Parts: sequence; structure tokens; C-alpha cells
Amino acid sequence: MKFDRRLISHFDWVLFLLILALLGAGILAVYSATYAGHRRFSSLAVRQMSWAAMGVGCLLVAFAVDYRRLERWVYVPYCLSLVLLVLVPLIGSSGGGARRWINLGAFSLQPSEVVKVALLLVLARFYHRHIPPAGYGLRDLLVPAVLAALPAALVLAEPNLGTTVILGLLFLTVTFAAGIRWSALALAVVAGGSVLPLLWHHMKPYQKQRVFSFLDPSQDPLGAGYHMIQSKVTIGSGMVWGKGFLQGTQNRLDFLPEKHTDFVFAVVAEEWGFIGAVALLALYGALLAKLLSIAWQARDRFGACLAVGAASAVFWQLLINLGMNLGVLPVVGVPLPLLSYGGSSLLTMMTCLGLALNVSTRRSLY
Amino acid sequence: MRELERLSLGTREATLAPRTRIGILGVVIALTLALLVSRLWQLQILDGEDLRTISEKNRMRLIRTPPLRGVIYDRRGELLVDNRPSYDVILVPEDAPDIRKTIEALSRYVPTEEHLSDKIAVRDLRRPSYEGVLLAKDVPWQVIAAVETHQLEIPGVNIETGTRRDYLPNGFAAHILGYVGEISPRELAQAPGYRMGDLIGKFGIEKRWESILRGQGGGQQIEVDAAGKRLRVLGAVEATAGQSLVLTIEAELQRKAESLLEGGEGAIVALDVHTGEVLAMASRPMFDPNQFARGVTSSEWRSLVSDPLHPLNNRAIQGQYPPGSTFKVIMAAAALEKGVVTPATRFFCSGGIPFGNHFFHCWKKKGHGGVDLRQALAQSCDVYFYQVGQRLGIQAIADYAKRFGLGAPLGMGIDHELGGVIPDAAWKKARLGAPWYAGETLSVAIGQGYVTATPLQMAVVAATVANGGTVYRPHVVKRVLDDAGEPLKEYGPEVLQGTNIDPHTLQLVREGMIDVVNAPTGTGKKAKLLEVLVAGKTGTSQVIAGTKGKGTALARQFRDHAWFIAFAPADAPKIAVACLLEHAGAGGGAAAAPVVKEVLETYFAIARKEGTHADEVRQEAHLAF
Repeated sequence: MKFDRRLISHFDWVLFLLILALLGAGILAVYSATYAGHRRFSSLAVRQMSWAAMGVGCLLVAFAVDYRRLERWVYVPYCLSLVLLVLVPLIGSSGGGARRWINLGAFSLQPSEVVKVALLLVLARFYHRHIPPAGYGLRDLLVPAVLAALPAALVLAEPNLGTTVILGLLFLTVTFAAGIRWSALALAVVAGGSVLPLLWHHMKPYQKQRVFSFLDPSQDPLGAGYHMIQSKVTIGSGMVWGKGFLQGTQNRLDFLPEKHTDFVFAVVAEEWGFIGAVALLALYGALLAKLLSIAWQARDRFGACLAVGAASAVFWQLLINLGMNLGVLPVVGVPLPLLSYGGSSLLTMMTCLGLALNVSTRRSLY
Repeated sequence: MRELERLSLGTREATLAPRTRIGILGVVIALTLALLVSRLWQLQILDGEDLRTISEKNRMRLIRTPPLRGVIYDRRGELLVDNRPSYDVILVPEDAPDIRKTIEALSRYVPTEEHLSDKIAVRDLRRPSYEGVLLAKDVPWQVIAAVETHQLEIPGVNIETGTRRDYLPNGFAAHILGYVGEISPRELAQAPGYRMGDLIGKFGIEKRWESILRGQGGGQQIEVDAAGKRLRVLGAVEATAGQSLVLTIEAELQRKAESLLEGGEGAIVALDVHTGEVLAMASRPMFDPNQFARGVTSSEWRSLVSDPLHPLNNRAIQGQYPPGSTFKVIMAAAALEKGVVTPATRFFCSGGIPFGNHFFHCWKKKGHGGVDLRQALAQSCDVYFYQVGQRLGIQAIADYAKRFGLGAPLGMGIDHELGGVIPDAAWKKARLGAPWYAGETLSVAIGQGYVTATPLQMAVVAATVANGGTVYRPHVVKRVLDDAGEPLKEYGPEVLQGTNIDPHTLQLVREGMIDVVNAPTGTGKKAKLLEVLVAGKTGTSQVIAGTKGKGTALARQFRDHAWFIAFAPADAPKIAVACLLEHAGAGGGAAAAPVVKEVLETYFAIARKEGTHADEVRQEAHLAF
């Protein structure tokens, strides 16, 4: 395969710069969240920087090979990630009561993150190849539903409720965009709703506790509700202009747990205030608009579905993460895209965005 | 067809994702972002003032206080495991403006660990900066004084008081008591309610009785200033101390037993014959639990684990040895019960018997001549028991051995107890895939071959003969005390099983065992006491079957093990003892019998000193703690 110069001339710089800006904000936020009072980078911030560098690598790899060539191979990563998910309970290492990681020596891999990309690819391929003229009915969706349900069930068993929900939302969004019939959508929503009580029944006690403490955080101020109360106080106390970089007292005095992962937004909002938080949201808004426009302009359904998939991966994680930071959704462990500390989620997200970049750049090549 | 359609530019519109759907997604996303912004507006602009005030008052922290661990007494109230104060050097990073400088200054006074900077680097990931990092554990008073007097040079360094587990010196009862250590990540995943850095029982009683000994942690709500310094205590939940244990162990007897094993490998178990209470359980070589309480280094741990003599092994319950001639006690009971011999039946011993194409030797080459059951026990005649074994068959032998508690762990309440092996045809088929040969029954009849038992099991055999045929479950915990020292729970005798053997049979066995020690030809005369009638049985178990050569001429690892089991007083038994000396280089009569004699002597000396109601008197005394 020879290098095509047009890859550079048509490179989507806007998308790339938006991603870099968010990555930079993430490194600053993790640096601040793990700042220990001495003039030294915490090893977590350093690691986040190396994750970011590796993420850019993933993005470029996902960008490099023409996405239409990838289409034939989508079942390889899908099957691999399913195998990894099956391996998790067998050889995985546990943290906080759930087995979620597979130790690969230098770093540990979270298969539930990897499976997001794999699912996007197989869904895009399916919707590319099967196009009923009147839109998808429920019967047409049997195959993609199974493709999504398999990894979702494995992830739910870990247990990892947050990622299960994300996988479900990814499936719904891409299916919606691909053209599910409205009547089928209504039916699916009703059916999904009737499954909820069953899901509740199978939830772990700590998961139920989180829902309870979401409904009434004051009920258990030192336990599950603590996160929510402290997060709201942290964000609110930032007021308009914020307390200043590294000046967040809530953060510095460690009232906020998990501040470098799930609650990194609260750190940003405390230190940079309403102005900073809205600026961050604007960056995300621009990124999402860009991704949707790539989908709009894509030359084929495969590319369009990939772009919609990338957009929905960013959007739903953003919504759920901010929702719990802002105290409007229960606490489920979902990272803030590109900002939260953590390798697997960052690399996965960058791969999704690399695919979108791929679609965008090659739009004008053919 | 569809493939063509998809590739052709003419039908482009049809193959694309419906643009209206993308438009709808865009609207949904825009609306959601607007909602999030409005929530931010609400929190940061509308409620901002109030939340800022709350955050400024947000100065309350929870500090955990660990509970005091329950202590452990012997049966008479002697303190075996205690807690003592210890002083740790702590660095609170929050209070140290320049950590490197502080550590540099500190290293002049305190020998700190090598990887200190790593430890502090790890800290900023997991722990809040107001929480201290442990620099040195359990430091002597000179260090405390140095830290206190140079406080200005070393900001952020504090002395914190804690407690350490304190065991008696010289590894006293180490295998019974066990030790505590910092909880491992694996234990943490299994034990709810613990945190990293907590102590947890790792071995022995400390492990098995963890939930009783541990107690309930407490906490303090303290107010801190904006820099994280503690201002005052707002509220506190007292920690509840753990409950204490009273063991059945008689410390003085335990001490004696341990000293008797000094310099060798082996085990001694002494039991109360009527309750199964373990009065002493010694195993050598041993380890020092204080080493663990201090925090064992990895090189210390490696040397303990790789020591060829396995000091961590509790030989009393984990050592499985062929019981040798001590097994004849069970053979005698089985023979009488099954009626294959009567007390008057005599066999002639000429020094061995031929069987198949083998010649089975008696330990006495010249032979014992004609012997009856009582003489056969007293002189430990192998030929007599070869005959008995042939007549009983392996199945009956196995049946009776199991009635005495052999062949399975007794459940004595300390982890890793093993059960030994009582072989029969089915066992051999399953284990070795081979049929049982009649010649093997002869080996089993004198406690050799595949038979193995632990010293604890052989003590139980002696106790069972002594008490008339009841197998009591051996146990080491007598009672649990609450934190005021009041008894909460008693552990009395627990019958594991009856042997279902005629009392008259056991009376005959007892008489044989009395002769072992007291008859002129007895093999166990070295266990004889002047004031108390002792009954016993010697045993010498071959390490390698058929080894020629004797005593100290053999390489150490090939020398025989010496056994002696006994009970006393023979006419009204109170205590049963089993002693095993690994590779003693001498028979049970020569090597193990005098050891058991000293154990019995010590026991009766204590009993005389204490008077008849010693136990009760001591119990009162100990309740007054």
C-alpha cells in the first residue's frame, strides 16, 4: 500500500485539534486531582501523559488503514474481545469487588472498554450490508441485537453496570441512526422498559444502594451518598470564576473520592468555575457536532455508522459521567471521555475517534 | 445486486444513513448539553454562594481507631499473648513543605527504610495527603527522644502510638498461637470490613479465632483547618476491644515439653483423657511469632520457608509418621474384640516368620519364645502381631484403627491439621491402582507400610484406651472472655465417636501397657515413675523399610523415628501423652520413653503443687484480672 499524499491535504485538522485540546485538559485535570502539594508531577499525571501519547498512536493507527478495507475484518476484534471478556472471570484481577482487568505485565487491560470499539465495527458493517427499504423492523434487528447482547451480558456479569448501559445505548443510537422504524423503536423501548425490573432484581446490593442514595443522598452521608454530596459541593463552590488552578480546597483536602477518575469533572469545575466548566462543555459540543457532520457527509453507510458510533460513545459517557458529577444521575462508574485517568478507556476512545477521522479524511478521496 | 447498488454513485442517497436521523441526534445532543449547562448554572451561580460556604465549613474528617486485639491466656490465667505499646515514626506529607529535606534531616536520627521515596510516591495515588506515611515501625525510645527534640528540623514527622502483638520469648507455643501480620491484598478481597494496613491473624489460633480476637474498630470525627491540620475532636465512636481466649494449654507443661525437644525435631502432645483438652502441644523446630509481629522481611520469610527442617510445620498435627509398634495397642484391642485371640492365646516367636516368599523379622532376632497378648504388648513382639494381623485381615484392622480416630483429621481447631493414612484394599486401589497383597497386612500389623498417623492422633489413641473407649475431639480453646474478663462461652468435652469396644478388652490392653513400663522385660521401662503408675507403648518406625544398619551409624535422614505413647495414673488416668522424635537414632524405649517420663513428672508436680482443685482455684484467680 503506498502512501497517498491526499491523506495530508484532506486531513481533518479541526477534529484532530479538538481531540488534542480535550486530551490537554485531561492531563491538567488529572495533574490537579493528584497534586500532592509539592512541585512535582504525580506519577499518575505522568502516566496519563503517556496514555495520551499512546492514545494519539491508536488514533493514527485507526486512521491509517482505509476504513473500507477494515470492513472485512471487523469480526476479528469482535471475537477477540469476546474471548477476553470470557477470560476476565477466569484470569482477571479484581478491584473494588469486581473482576474487570486482565493483567498484561506492564499494564492491565479492561476488555469491557475494548469491546465498545469492536461492537461499533460489527454494527456498522451490519447496517452497511442490510438495508431494508422501509427501515429496520424488529425482525431485521435480531442479528445486531444478539451482537450487542453477547458482550453486554458478559460485561454485566463482571459486574460492570456502567459499561453495560453504555453498550446498550451505543446499540440503540447506531440503530436509530441507521433507520429503525419508529414503530419498532417504540416497541423496543417498551420491551426494554419491561426488562428493567428484572435487571433491578439481578443488581448487586451495592448497586442498589447507589440508586437509593441517589434518590436520597442524605440517607447515608458517609457511604454511597457521600460521593454525590461532596461532588455537588465541590462543583458549586467553584462559582463563576473558580478557585484557581491547584487551589481547589475540596480537591486538595481529599473530600472528593475517585477524583482523578470518575469525578475529574468536579475538580475542573471547582478550580475553573462556571466559565471553565462551560468552556469544557463547549469543547465537547464542538467535538460532537464535528462527528455528526462527518456522519452527515460520509460517502457510505459504513463510514456514517462509524462516525455516529464515535459520537454516541462520547455523548453517552459524557452525559452519564456529568450526570453523576452534577447529582442528576446515580453513581455508576463511567469515565469522562478523554479526561478521566485510565488507560483502557482513553485508548478505546481514541481508537473510535481515529475511525471517525479516517472516514472524514477519506470522504473526498474517492 | 445490492452490492452493485451500494457501489454505484447514482443511488448514493439511498445507501446513506438517513440524514434526518442524524439531524434528530444533533438536536437531542444540543438539548442535553443545554440542560447540563443549566444544571451547572444552578449549582455554580444560583447555589454557588451556599455551596462555597459549605465547602469552607467542610473541615470534618473521619479518623479510624483500630480496636485492641483480645489477649490469650493459658488454662491457669498466665498471659501467653499480650499487646504492648509501640511507637511508629510517621510522616504527614501535607505538613512537610519539602519532603526530601525533611527525610534527609530525619535519616540522621532514624534508620528508615530504603524505598522511602517510592513509598511516598505511591502515597499520592491512593491516600490523602493528610494521612501519614509510616517511616519506621516500633522504634526504641532513643529514636522517640531524637524525633521529639529535633522537631523543628523535621516538620511533618510525628510519633504515633500503636500496639504490637507481644508473644512470649523463644517461640513459646508458636505453632498453636500462630501470629498476626498486615492484611494481604488477597485476604482483603475475601474479608469484608478490613482495610489495607490492618492486622489480621495469619496462622494458628490467631487466624482461626480472628473474628473473636479482633474486636470492632472505632473512629473520630475531627475538625481540620484549611491546611488540613487537626483542630479539635467533634465526636468519637469508641473502638470495642476484641474478646480474649483462655486456652486449655498448661503453660508450664508446654514449656517443659518444648525444652525436651530442644535441639531435635519432633512433637509432644499431652491431652486430658476425659475431655480432649490439649494440655501441651510442642513441635520443634519452631519460629518466633514476635518476628512476624515486628514485620517479617522477605529474606527472613524466605529462610523460614526454605529451611529444610520446616520450622513452620506443626509436626504435632501435620507430621504424618508410621506409628510403628504403638499401633499394636489398636491391634490388640481389635484381636480381642474379633475373637481371633483370647488373653491366653500364645504364639511362638523364633525371631520371625516366613510369609509368601518373604521372611518377616521380629525386632528381637533371638525371638521372644512363647508369648501371650500381655507379654506381646509388653515386649512388643512383632511375630505375635504378624499372626494377629493375618487372622484379622486388613479390613478389620482399618475398621478398628478408624474407631480410634486414625485416618482422618480430628478437627482440633487449628488450620492445616492432617489425617494420616489408614490403608485398606479400596484405598490402595484408588491411590496406587494396585490390589492389596496379604504380605502388606503384616507390615500394617506392626504399624509400618502405608499406615501413618500424627502425634496428636496417637495421643488420642492413648487417651481413648485410658478413658475406656471414647474418642474426644481434641481442642485448645477452653473459653472466650469478654473485654471485662467475664466468661462468654465455654468449650467443654465433645465426643467425636465411641469405639464401641468392650470395657474388658480395653482393661486387658491397659494391663499390657502397664507391663510395657513396669514389667522387667517391658520395652518402656525408662518411662517408669516412682509415685505414679504409668502405662505406655513404645514404637520405632522405620523411615526406609528394611534398612540394615543401626542407630547413629546411619545417615541422619535414614534413622528411625522414636515413638512413645502413655497415660497415667494407669489406675485412674488423667493425662495421655504422645511423643515422636524424628530420626532419633534409637528406639522408642530408649529415646522417647524418658522424654514422656519427664512430661508426666512435670504434670504431676504441677498437680501436687496446685492441690486437687487446682483448676477451679486458678479459674477464680484469673477471673479477677
